[in-house]
Amino acid sequence: MFRAYLKTAFFALIFIASATAKAQDQMGDYAYDKEIESAGGKINTKAEIDSYIDHHLKDSHDFHLFSYSNDAGERKHVGFPLPVIVWSTDGLKFFMSSEFHHDDDAKVLVNKGDATFTKLHSKIYELENGATQINFDESHHPTNAHRVFDMSITKSVFGLILIGVFMLLIFGGLAKQYKNKNIATGFGRVLEPLVIYVRDEIARPNIGEHKYRKFMGYLLTVFFLIWIGNLLGLTPFGFNITGQIAVTVCLALFTFFIVQFSANKDYWLHIFWMPGVPVLMKIALIPIELIGLLTKPFSLLVRLFANITAGHVVVMGLIALMITLKEQFGVVGSTGLSLFLTLFLSVIELLVAFLQAFIFTMLSALFIGMAVAEHDHPEHAGAAEDDIDEVRERFV
Amino acid sequence: METAYNLIGAGLIVIGGGIGLGQIGGKAMEAIARQPEAAGKIQTAMIIIGALLEGLAFGALLLGKN
Repeated sequence: MFRAYLKTAFFALIFIASATAKAQDQMGDYAYDKEIESAGGKINTKAEIDSYIDHHLKDSHDFHLFSYSNDAGERKHVGFPLPVIVWSTDGLKFFMSSEFHHDDDAKVLVNKGDATFTKLHSKIYELENGATQINFDESHHPTNAHRVFDMSITKSVFGLILIGVFMLLIFGGLAKQYKNKNIATGFGRVLEPLVIYVRDEIARPNIGEHKYRKFMGYLLTVFFLIWIGNLLGLTPFGFNITGQIAVTVCLALFTFFIVQFSANKDYWLHIFWMPGVPVLMKIALIPIELIGLLTKPFSLLVRLFANITAGHVVVMGLIALMITLKEQFGVVGSTGLSLFLTLFLSVIELLVAFLQAFIFTMLSALFIGMAVAEHDHPEHAGAAEDDIDEVRERFV
Repeated sequence: METAYNLIGAGLIVIGGGIGLGQIGGKAMEAIARQPEAAGKIQTAMIIIGALLEGLAFGALLLGKN
């Protein structure tokens, strides 16, 4: 079993490594960014900082670590490109994002067979037949190009693959240790308490002693996926995986469907015919409960997305202090202040990274627990209008 | 003009979220002071309620942003 995982991981790694190595050859001739170039190769103004932060929050087709100007005044970018896979009118096309030469304003055109591509604001467009230059209308929308079906390995996709490979390796290793030695050794000793923590603090109390086992796989996966994703976001590679709303929507949809498909009849009874209340109230409660179904995953996805996005914006803002306060404090002062504040915020972000993974898993477990809970109280057992008087007498 | 309304709304959301978090945190502190042995359980419940509140506040901020 583990051997199979290892083989998959190995091939994935080879694929990624060869793709990036090939691209690195072409890195020398990256064109430079005209707008920043005109400002003397530096990010100086508030608008530039804003666009830089915006660019970081979005998904992109390449890794951009940093850029600098060499003695000749040329703008050099350091990073590595990622594969672009698009479905165009001329069929499936595969090329490296380095062919765009770091262009994001639809200036560089890439010809592949009969199709011509260009990149505008991190989105790939295909030019209409015969067009040699992109045209815009007044609101800066391209008039002679259309979006293509983009299946590229973008930064976030790459990050997710990385997390997947990493998790397969470490948990495959842990499973192998249990099989062979009946005890966790090495790095497994770090993971074991975390797994037990998810089981004893999250799954058991919220789902219940008899039913939690079935959901452990999902809860553990989602916990570690979010946690490792959040931690990757704190590295200088500029990942922002859990800050992509598509990722959090997907995770919340998983929780939503698991809750709906594992729910018992009491759960549906509570939605469509709430026991223990008058008939008029039962009817009035149906739409409210139906909205409640949707707000639960919605709050899950918004919480994760907004927390991570807010964290990244604040960290980037504090880093930008070294540019904005350069005049007032001098280079050393502003850099020191920025470093000091960023360090402390990063420590808080470490806590937030864990907390958000914990909260997402905890609330998922809570919602699953609510859906599978057994109700054996008389006021919950079905048509209960008569029973409610009995209960009232007993308590009042 | 709309931006001004948005900003006022965002401010109100943050005030509301702040009051809510303050209430949760304060009451949890009191509860832990009364029953230090239940600190773990109280903390977990506090974090869950805090997260629910935060989800609401962030949702409102996100909707108000545009």
